[in-house]
Amino acid sequence: MAAFEPPALEEYTVTPPVHPGVMAHSRPYVAKPEHQAQLGFPGALVDNWEEVAVKKLGEQVSQSRALQVFLDACVKCGACTDKCHYYLGTGDPKNMPVARQDLLRSVYRRYYTFAGKYFPWLVGARAMTKDVLNEWYAYFHQCSQCRRCSVFCPYGIDTAEISMAARDIMDAVGLGQKYSNEIIGKVLKIGNNLGLPEPALRDTLDGLEEDVKEETGADVKFPLDVKGAEVLVITPSADFFAEPHVDGLIGYAKVFHAAGISWTLSSHASEAANFSMFIGDHKNLRRVALRIREAALDLGVKRIVVGECGHAWRVAYSFWNTLIGPFDFLDPDYPAPQHICEVTYDLMQRGALKLDRSANDDKIVTFHDSCNVARASRMGDTPGGQFTIPRAIIRASVNKFHDMAPETIQENTFCCGGGGGLLTDDLVELRVKGALPRMQALKQVVEEYGVNHIAAICAICKSQFTKVLPYYKFPMDMIGGVHGLVSKAIRLGAVNQ
Amino acid sequence: MSAVTVGYALLFYAASTVFALGVARKIYIYARTPQPLKIPTTPAPVTRLGVAGRMLREVTLFESLFKSNKWTWLFGWVFHFALLLVLLRHLRYFTEPVWGWVVLIQPFGVYAGFAMVAGLAGLWARRVLVDRVRYISNPSDHLMLALLAGIAASGLGLKFATHTDIVALKAFVLGLMYFEWQPLPADPLLLAHLTLVATLMIVFPVSKLLHAPGVFFSPTRNQADNPREHRHVAGWSAELESPVGRS
Repeated sequence: MAAFEPPALEEYTVTPPVHPGVMAHSRPYVAKPEHQAQLGFPGALVDNWEEVAVKKLGEQVSQSRALQVFLDACVKCGACTDKCHYYLGTGDPKNMPVARQDLLRSVYRRYYTFAGKYFPWLVGARAMTKDVLNEWYAYFHQCSQCRRCSVFCPYGIDTAEISMAARDIMDAVGLGQKYSNEIIGKVLKIGNNLGLPEPALRDTLDGLEEDVKEETGADVKFPLDVKGAEVLVITPSADFFAEPHVDGLIGYAKVFHAAGISWTLSSHASEAANFSMFIGDHKNLRRVALRIREAALDLGVKRIVVGECGHAWRVAYSFWNTLIGPFDFLDPDYPAPQHICEVTYDLMQRGALKLDRSANDDKIVTFHDSCNVARASRMGDTPGGQFTIPRAIIRASVNKFHDMAPETIQENTFCCGGGGGLLTDDLVELRVKGALPRMQALKQVVEEYGVNHIAAICAICKSQFTKVLPYYKFPMDMIGGVHGLVSKAIRLGAVNQ
Repeated sequence: MSAVTVGYALLFYAASTVFALGVARKIYIYARTPQPLKIPTTPAPVTRLGVAGRMLREVTLFESLFKSNKWTWLFGWVFHFALLLVLLRHLRYFTEPVWGWVVLIQPFGVYAGFAMVAGLAGLWARRVLVDRVRYISNPSDHLMLALLAGIAASGLGLKFATHTDIVALKAFVLGLMYFEWQPLPADPLLLAHLTLVATLMIVFPVSKLLHAPGVFFSPTRNQADNPREHRHVAGWSAELESPVGRS
């Protein structure tokens, strides 16, 4: 790992001039043959990889209207060029969304379009060579698939779709990314990203019960594999013991306890995350998701609730019904699936929760909209519920709340810098630099309002902030979950008043 | 019948055929290719009607571009709507008698010619002067601007500098439409204008001009945000075997 300087925080975000190649060295570790094998990919680069890659690309485009349109429609207007946090943080022009798309579009043009076949020099078409593959590996692992570019593109071109397709092609030729592929293997084999087996999970949950009993005096349960429970909670496995994630899980448990709703976790499906989305792998996307359907049926639950996790909520909200639905075996009175914030918000509306804001008076809070929740999903009945519902919960749990600058929140939110399968130590330089625009906006509310706490609803955001905050001279424990705040504020009956 | 007339008549039949078949083929491909997953960029409308509204704003106001960059939006919007007016103004060559509203917009169409050039100049300036946009530009991007600027400039030239016999020109155009060829005035500027227009029609289906039909098929813009309410399946997601369990 080369040493690097974290970027300085300025008074406002500056669009850097282009510095070609400054991030060309940023490449994650390559998946080993055993990681590849678990997912059904070749263990090493196959002999005729150019042919396989070009064929795979053609298949993908023929199966995706999005790719058909996105690869044709770009007019190189430049609207997206200053929108990606990795460009803003590094100045490497291949981190401009259009340039990242062009890494793949150039190959598509060469093999599948009239102009690219006969006039390659005119339209920037390129043959699939080793150099191109190397560029793909570097720069398609510098996209967190946050979709910020797609908000600003006049044709809605979503670079996430293109980086997913490129990663899928790289997997198909035997060049996978270790971090994502190893993790997907663990989910398939054990049931969660951490590889936490059932006895360890049960121990952890028992420990949490004791901790909460000590803290509140209440018998808040953390049930596992309870048949006949009303709600199955599917949450990122980081919630089981990572800090600050676990405070969120405690928050969910307290909410269910206060509302008298029976719930359970599942050891078969002890993971909300589904990294198969990051690598554009539909087969494993479904395989991982199917465990959740199996668990719900096996436990006989009536509702499925998803914990605080950005991409998991995208997969659950946008893809589950397609991949593992229909959910006709669940209670039709509730959305399937439901976000934990929707559950808490509904209970708040019905007066079923007692929240004491003053319990969080040590905190001046801001909210970081996680990209997949903001731009790839919804909460509640109306568009934008994914922005208003978490904020309403925070405002009910704390007295002091301040949003960051409007151009950096809600649909304009900046990625934490660690999403999309990049939350790995071999990409730490990229992660730190990619966090720059978010850190810039944070600095402003820290200086203006004395903000000392960031709430987020994504396990990746929480881990990423914990890692990068110190690089920008902020305390690493500034980050927490929305349900961490709820957990502090909630009053559990007579004992805890 | 002069060689010029025959040549341009054949050129325009060829260009029209390439344009119509090429664009129709692309639209057919876009329409027929499934979109297996729901991927609207949210917040998105939750109903089809809402989606129609979003699309209408996108193609008339360039809503997303407006959010992105005010200069690109200004130049782009001015260019496109000037082009629209100019195209409508040209309907007078294709209709006899000329429709009333086409007569009404004639003077605006002239101003639009200048606005078109101004918009193109702005877009071209950005392509050269802004380092990020310069970096992403291919030769074809400059050529496309040159082609459009050439069409606008030669058109304005015909209006303000060297007039051509527009009555004869109209007879030529109507003659093409009714397959009763009439002579084409052989003024060099007119021939240049027509050649550039025919070139534009021919490259349209194999170039980035496909953004025009493409935007209507863009899933991030044309899908309703209702995946929990309506089970969406298409393409490979429709071919998945039913999952285990009651249903």
